[in-house]
Amino acid sequence: MTEQYDAIVIGAGHNGLVCAALLGKAGRKVLVLEANEQVGGAAVTRRFADDYSVPACAHLLYQLQPQVKKDLGLNIALASDDMETVALSTDGQHVRYSSDRVHGVSDADAASYRDFHRRMSRFANLLQTYLNKPPPRLGTKDRKDLVTLARLGLDLRMLGRKEMREFLRLIGMNIHDEVTERFENKLLKGALSLDAVLGTHLGPRSPNTIMTYLYRLAGNGGRLAAPAGGMGAVSEALAQAARSNGVTIRTGMPVQRVIVDNGRVTGVETQNGENFASFTVVSNADPKTTILNLVGARHVETGFARRISNIRMQGNAAKLHLALDGLPVVQGLEKRDFGARLLIAPDEHYVERAFNPAKYGETSPEPVLEISIPSFRDSTLAPTGKHVLSAIVQYAPYRLKKGWDKAAREAFKETTLRKITEFMPDIDGRITAVEMLTPVDIEQEFHMGGGHWHHGEFTLDQFMFVRPVSGAAQYAMPLDGLFLCGAGTHPGGGVSGAAGRNAARALLAREKTA
Amino acid sequence: MKTYDAIVVGAGHNGLTNAAFLAKAGLNVLCVEKNDYIGGAAVSRNLHKDWIYSNCSYVCSLLRPEIFRALELHRHGLQVTPYGGSVTFMQNGDYFGSYWDSEVSYREKARFSKRDADAYIRYSTDTMRQCRFIRDFLLRTPPDPTSFKPADIRELLLLGRKFMEMGEDRMYETIRFWTMSVAEYLGEYFETDVIKTALSGSGIIGTALGVHSPGTAYVLLHHYMGDVDGNVGTWGYARGGMGGVSKSIAGAFQAYGGELRTDAGVDKIVVKNGKVKGVALTTGEEIDARVVVSNMDVKRTFLQCMDESDLDPEFYRRVRNFKSRGSSGKLNIALNGLPTFPALPKGSSLMHSDMHFIDSMERMERAYDDWKAGTWSKDPYVDMLIPTLVDPTMAPPGKHFMSCFIQYCPPQINGRRWTDAERDAFGKTVIDQIANYSPDFKSLIEHVEIRTPQDIEDQIGITEGNIFHGELTMDQLLFNRPVPGYAQYRSPVGGLYMCGSSTHPGGGVMAAPGANAAREILFDLKRHNTVPENFGDD
Repeated sequence: MTEQYDAIVIGAGHNGLVCAALLGKAGRKVLVLEANEQVGGAAVTRRFADDYSVPACAHLLYQLQPQVKKDLGLNIALASDDMETVALSTDGQHVRYSSDRVHGVSDADAASYRDFHRRMSRFANLLQTYLNKPPPRLGTKDRKDLVTLARLGLDLRMLGRKEMREFLRLIGMNIHDEVTERFENKLLKGALSLDAVLGTHLGPRSPNTIMTYLYRLAGNGGRLAAPAGGMGAVSEALAQAARSNGVTIRTGMPVQRVIVDNGRVTGVETQNGENFASFTVVSNADPKTTILNLVGARHVETGFARRISNIRMQGNAAKLHLALDGLPVVQGLEKRDFGARLLIAPDEHYVERAFNPAKYGETSPEPVLEISIPSFRDSTLAPTGKHVLSAIVQYAPYRLKKGWDKAAREAFKETTLRKITEFMPDIDGRITAVEMLTPVDIEQEFHMGGGHWHHGEFTLDQFMFVRPVSGAAQYAMPLDGLFLCGAGTHPGGGVSGAAGRNAARALLAREKTA
Repeated sequence: MKTYDAIVVGAGHNGLTNAAFLAKAGLNVLCVEKNDYIGGAAVSRNLHKDWIYSNCSYVCSLLRPEIFRALELHRHGLQVTPYGGSVTFMQNGDYFGSYWDSEVSYREKARFSKRDADAYIRYSTDTMRQCRFIRDFLLRTPPDPTSFKPADIRELLLLGRKFMEMGEDRMYETIRFWTMSVAEYLGEYFETDVIKTALSGSGIIGTALGVHSPGTAYVLLHHYMGDVDGNVGTWGYARGGMGGVSKSIAGAFQAYGGELRTDAGVDKIVVKNGKVKGVALTTGEEIDARVVVSNMDVKRTFLQCMDESDLDPEFYRRVRNFKSRGSSGKLNIALNGLPTFPALPKGSSLMHSDMHFIDSMERMERAYDDWKAGTWSKDPYVDMLIPTLVDPTMAPPGKHFMSCFIQYCPPQINGRRWTDAERDAFGKTVIDQIANYSPDFKSLIEHVEIRTPQDIEDQIGITEGNIFHGELTMDQLLFNRPVPGYAQYRSPVGGLYMCGSSTHPGGGVMAAPGANAAREILFDLKRHNTVPENFGDD
């Protein structure tokens, strides 16, 4: 006799954990099944070389929604709040900025940056309200949906005439035009361009990149944070919250399939053959994996299956981990500066040129990097005096024309190290271990299709009402008992917890009306 | 001195349309044009012996039928002959054709993929639905979403209602269509690269974006939403070249009593006490008018023909940041005979169609990368036509006129002016590409006119030679066009209006901006409206 649960959550990523915790808190009997031995999905700290550990995928925290923290009573200790960003220059004339301040640029640029940041934050705050609710359905007579839509219209109007116009103009625009209109400093333009394209298959000239930039700000007002104990600590805190709400979490339990009987979900079967019964299955896996692999296209309507298979979700971000026997030397940087986020994106055209090859299934010969040295804040990650460097490297397209074999990975690793050496000349002699994760490696390790950290490209045609696909944006899938709660749903990826929270709320609201 | 009711600056097709509707309402209208010929970018030019070139715009479809009828353009000589189909030559010696006859077209697609042939039916239904949605708004003034005026709220509600009427599923599809890239849009239907490529050209024509840039699916509509005699999506030739369009509108304008002056370039739009007073010509002559309407693009109008001190600083800044980067060039070629294309079967109807020489999405996108890098595409997208196969009046008997539209071609080379050598090299790039598929082509060339965006700016006056007077990106469409808050054809200066393609609904020989502006002017002057409403005959 298999045990019956009120809900089974597939995947203990941060969204799965948030969802499970909230369901548990509402008195549901919840089981979480995680394929890996560790909870956290892409928000984990793990070892990559003897005595060296890194945040293996996500490495900075900037979007965790206050609502999630509040609902779960989370108290996450931060090793660093409002972290500085340094846009590196080979001549040591770096530009530094943190949420609303910038140094190393002309007075005109500094003033313009403050204005830019103020406006962007305002729009991001508006956006944030809607990231934390399920998107309304269009064309229904449902009162709640109509109220949300009317509210959206009203909120736009409340911005005031001038700001509303600016919002409607900017929302579809690209970051390139905005930064070239505003700023003269190349490093600043390059850095902001990079901020807008991190984790996407877009270049700064692609329309839509203002929106990705706003999304980045919509959480913590653009303040970057590093949790004490690394990203893994966030996941641990979420798992703790789930367990204290009575949720059972079982790791090392990859799910083989979702069991469908008579057009409704009845449970899941794990790869080792165990069955778990529940009439509600919530998947933290990406929509493609969930519908096409775990459920099977035959259980859903063909139009829906086609839309799911059309979701674009091919990652472009690789991850580089270095074990260092000491901090590298960077001209113009003092020791304390290594706690900052370091960017290699010398100008806006450079970022666009880095993107070009990605369109043709080739890696960037001159990549862009977002670097963090987490051991600087967290001594548990490396032996005393030694360090780990974690970098997001773009662009490394998931579907490489020549395929991601060992040689391709090595070649991209070399390209990346060469680029880092331009800015950190002595780094070569300091490296004791290297790990390069391509999007294919990320897909395998973290079970996200395409290795895409948003579980689906983050563009307006896959946003809000139409995320993950048209007609299924309210977390419930068109199969009785099946829900999604991962980054592939509204609002999208990043360690925000919003999708998990929205899904839990949608599920509970549905039960109430049913 | 005589004071006109209205002066229209620029005798492009929109200026003429605007002038014609104003004159039809009984206003005393003068239209001034800097060149010694009218038409702006809708012209027929006799530049070499007996050849007539449509040397800017070259085909006709978008011209609103309501305007055609209201101005009785047929009585002023306008005749549009439809043509059909397109062909894409492939590097492997094959070709992909699209035909007038849907059965033939189906078989052709099935030659590459049965699945794609079937998908095309779904594709064209879905795309046409988007066309019909937008067509209703072409002859309407965009509402200001920040306004509480009854007229704006009414328009917004209409837009909302039209949208709601589509039904839930289609509303979502519409949101996606407006925001996605043409490559992704086509990718949802088709698997064959050459079929996608053949269809993708319409998503980037006149646009400084690549096929993979979000927002380009919408640009498709600018090439599908037209019609010839009610056949939506069909294209045609104006007899005698595109100048025929301008000439017929000018004919209507003059028949309503309007006055037309060529060789009358405007140096300044004169403003007094915050109100427009008239125009000053380059000759020093000043002409007074109660209303001045500019057919020039917004950048030229406000940055070159006005004093910054006459304008609101915020408006001025916005106009300065308005994007009108030219992305296309043109080759007009006089041929001593009809070139052969060995890939095509003898007597193929595809000779009469649009010809293209890029067969993969990757080549399309790479062409854009060259433009971004500040140079012309080394492997360009060419839309080539031989109009004389349909309209023999444009060349001596047995000889032909070939029109090549080329993308991408930057307004400047690496930020500086084009040199003559570079212009020639650009022309050679295009000729070589065509010659790859037509061995006798080069030997038939009698004369070539090469036009870069810079030449288009120098000769016609369009800033950066952008054929749409400003890019068709979401931040510059509808109520954002040309700039937020000024999408209703009025400028910050009393009595000064805009009627060019920088305004809604944008470029193409559509005449809708000119007509819409006339409606607003007549409203402000409390005159009887002469501008037709949408037929709603879709």
